[in-house]
Amino acid sequence: MNTDHCPARHAAHDVAVVDDTRPVADPGLEEHVERWTDVNPSAGNRAYRQVLGMLALVPLLSIIFVVIYFAVPRDMEVRFLGWHSNAMHVGLGLTAGLAILLIGLACIHWAKQLMSDVEMVEERHDANSSPEERKEFLAAFQAGADDSALGRRKLIGGALGGALGIIAIPAVVTLADMGPHPGPGTRRATIEKTIWAEGVHLVNDVTYARLKASDLEVGSLVNAEPETLKELEGAHLHIEKAKAAIVIVRMEPDSIKIPDSRRDWQVGGILAYSKICTHVGCPISLWERQTHHLLCPCHQSTFDLADSGVVVFGPAARALPQLPIAVDADGYLVAKSDFTVPVGPSYFERDSRDDFKKGDN
Amino acid sequence: MARPAEVAKTSPALETSTPEKPAPLGGMGGPLGWADDRLGIAALGKKNLRKVFPDHWSFLLGEIALYSFIVLLLTGIFLTIWFRPSMAEVEYAGSYQLLKGVHMSEAMASTLDISFDVRGGLLVRQIHHWAALLFVAAAMAHLLRVFFTGAFRKPREINWLIGVGLLSLATIAGFTGYSLPDDLLSGTGLRFVDGLIRSIPLIGTWAEFFVFGGEFPGHVVISRLYMAHILLIPGILLGLISAHLALIVYHKHTQYPGPGRTEKNVVGYPLFPVYMAKAGGFFFVVFGVLVLMGGLMQINPIWKYGPYNPAQVTAGSQPDWYMGWVEGAVRIMPGWESHIGSTTWSWNVFLPAVALMGLFFTLLGVWPFVEAWITGDKREHHILDRPRNAATRTALGVAGMTCYAMFWISGGNDILATMFHVSLNAVTYFMRVAVFVAPVIAFIITKRICLSLQRADAEKVLHGSESGIIVRSPEGGYSEAHVPITADEAFSLTQHERAEIAVPTPNLDDRGVKTKGKRVSGLRARLAQWFLGDEIAPPTRAEIEAARHRTPTSPDLPEVEADEQRELADRH
Repeated sequence: MNTDHCPARHAAHDVAVVDDTRPVADPGLEEHVERWTDVNPSAGNRAYRQVLGMLALVPLLSIIFVVIYFAVPRDMEVRFLGWHSNAMHVGLGLTAGLAILLIGLACIHWAKQLMSDVEMVEERHDANSSPEERKEFLAAFQAGADDSALGRRKLIGGALGGALGIIAIPAVVTLADMGPHPGPGTRRATIEKTIWAEGVHLVNDVTYARLKASDLEVGSLVNAEPETLKELEGAHLHIEKAKAAIVIVRMEPDSIKIPDSRRDWQVGGILAYSKICTHVGCPISLWERQTHHLLCPCHQSTFDLADSGVVVFGPAARALPQLPIAVDADGYLVAKSDFTVPVGPSYFERDSRDDFKKGDN
Repeated sequence: MARPAEVAKTSPALETSTPEKPAPLGGMGGPLGWADDRLGIAALGKKNLRKVFPDHWSFLLGEIALYSFIVLLLTGIFLTIWFRPSMAEVEYAGSYQLLKGVHMSEAMASTLDISFDVRGGLLVRQIHHWAALLFVAAAMAHLLRVFFTGAFRKPREINWLIGVGLLSLATIAGFTGYSLPDDLLSGTGLRFVDGLIRSIPLIGTWAEFFVFGGEFPGHVVISRLYMAHILLIPGILLGLISAHLALIVYHKHTQYPGPGRTEKNVVGYPLFPVYMAKAGGFFFVVFGVLVLMGGLMQINPIWKYGPYNPAQVTAGSQPDWYMGWVEGAVRIMPGWESHIGSTTWSWNVFLPAVALMGLFFTLLGVWPFVEAWITGDKREHHILDRPRNAATRTALGVAGMTCYAMFWISGGNDILATMFHVSLNAVTYFMRVAVFVAPVIAFIITKRICLSLQRADAEKVLHGSESGIIVRSPEGGYSEAHVPITADEAFSLTQHERAEIAVPTPNLDDRGVKTKGKRVSGLRARLAQWFLGDEIAPPTRAEIEAARHRTPTSPDLPEVEADEQRELADRH
């Protein structure tokens, strides 16, 4: 460590000589300019008082903090120019924030105004070791390698490496229980199936009231769920809801395209589609009544519900799955079956050949 | 002024009259000696107590990241006292009236308790969130500083790699953190991640089932994210940050060019006391500002979003800012998907999310090695580049920032469309082109600006700086008098070395014999020409000398004004 106070210009010139090939010779370090607080005692004293003043405010703010913590009612509000917040929350934040900030400002003020500001020069060395050190290292390594007998009994190294590599396999295998293995059977029972089934009533997603076909106005959209969802709770509820959620729309029958294969999937212009976006699975909810488009608020994929849910814009690649529906004897909407294709975002093993494509019939 | 009186160094009178100061800290006899007997701290302290660090505002960016991380640890510990990482369903019974009786996960309910029923809980929660945002922001700004000044060059490539690792982990730490409260927004974010994981070819479905313990959302993901968020990731972060700092100490900090600054020294202030006070003080400044932000600026008001419901989403849902560019890429990606046999390859999700993130961090990671290969530069660098003097690198950096910005803006395409009353579709189509075209434009403009600045520097060295004094010649022409710049400034403007551009090694030498040894390929030579070829060489010593004789400064000025000019130049 070669540090010394080196403000004198001529001293630094020694360094500059080395770089004599440069267009302008290194003039060496700038001369040290004394600060106002160095040359004016009253300025120095003022800075001293400022540092002390800032630090003196910290205990004061800390006491106020404690008082606010214990004394301010929990539900008291503060209002200021249309801005309002909880009084205790703002009070604690202001007092603690200012106190901490003042400690920092005091330290920096002290360093900048009162500590020596004479720049120092420290020598730097290349990151690498010296040739001697390298040689010594290699010698030490050689000695160790000789001691290990690896030179004559080479197989130990390979065997040890192999053993260490293989021991990783049991470690990795212990993670195999992190989740069920999505083989074909598991997939059919989970992500490729929902709780929709023949005869399951379509119900309002908040009130769970059954929906009557005659109650739906043309142009309206209703968020719905299967009635059987009511019996579920906790994680089960979430898992099924994340797949079973649907939107029901009623459109003027002559303003929509209904392919022959889906003639009997709808009831007088009432159609039900999966609410889960085929892109990354957001629940789609923005209904453009005039154009019959349904827009996903997450990534703006847009589906044409008047054309079997095909994608008209955005990053989604597949049409929204349609739920075949009918009415029961009392005029309530019921599902005719589960969805015919898996709902939600794509996954590698998904057989997407049977999904509806624009122009299919 | 500050020049020490040289006589003091040699005067025997002064030396003998100086009374010996008593040893500080009561000597090595007390507790210090006890500790040194066991730890040898005196030897360590002797080397490092007065270690020199250079001073510059841009060196504080990394410090902000470090201090935000410390604030995150402190506030995070507080939050773990009350947070319950469970997805079990409970009925909310806390003091927030609007959600009373609503069913939600324990995670959400306990986050509401922290916000409304633990005194100071909301403050700490908001400090934690702001600190997380600042952590990533400062890390990214620090990365840009290191990139544009060439501080990643030998011997600091490994520290650059550690930094890239830190940045990627910081974003994951942020994401796992804001997914924990299990509110509607964070649940939507998880749904998005579920889609991303699924989209990975071959292993996507398996990865999804392993992360979520089965189907989305399942009942284990919050507790798993919690483990990652409070143990796994901070543990790795802590280790990497220690290594990052240890390497700074070993390599010593880089410094900006200037008089007296060389590749062999470091000029600045000592660790004790100046940097301890400045850096320590700055920690409290960052902490204090974060506490004020936590107290005055609302962040992530989960009670407004409500508990997660897989059938609901809020329009205008947006991730935390550092995920915005991935969100944007996913938004503007065309809906490409291949159906091969009974498999589905969702390029529309995999490419913009998983592959793009991988590409981003890979490009960052390999850059120091790519640049060193192109330039063939094997030397150590401790003097930083002024960004203008590495025009192509700077232009590439700005192009990268522009590309990032375009993706990021795309993440708010819906908000842009509503705010400016333009078509959402038009914004999306525009951004699809902009992410490719805007970086190219940015590259060209930046490179031109850098080269112009290089020319301006050369001009300044040769002819001095503009004085603002207009001189009329006897013929009636007007011109501006230039004042010579100081030696300090002239040195700073010319100290950078112009790297040599590699030329391809010919296959056969002069005598028609096949050349041996290290070769420069044609590709590398072309890249080197592209990377370095346009740089403006600083004026040579002879040119400066010639310019000095050719253009005497404003010969027509009367004597008095010439004095003023000299003063001007001194002050410069």
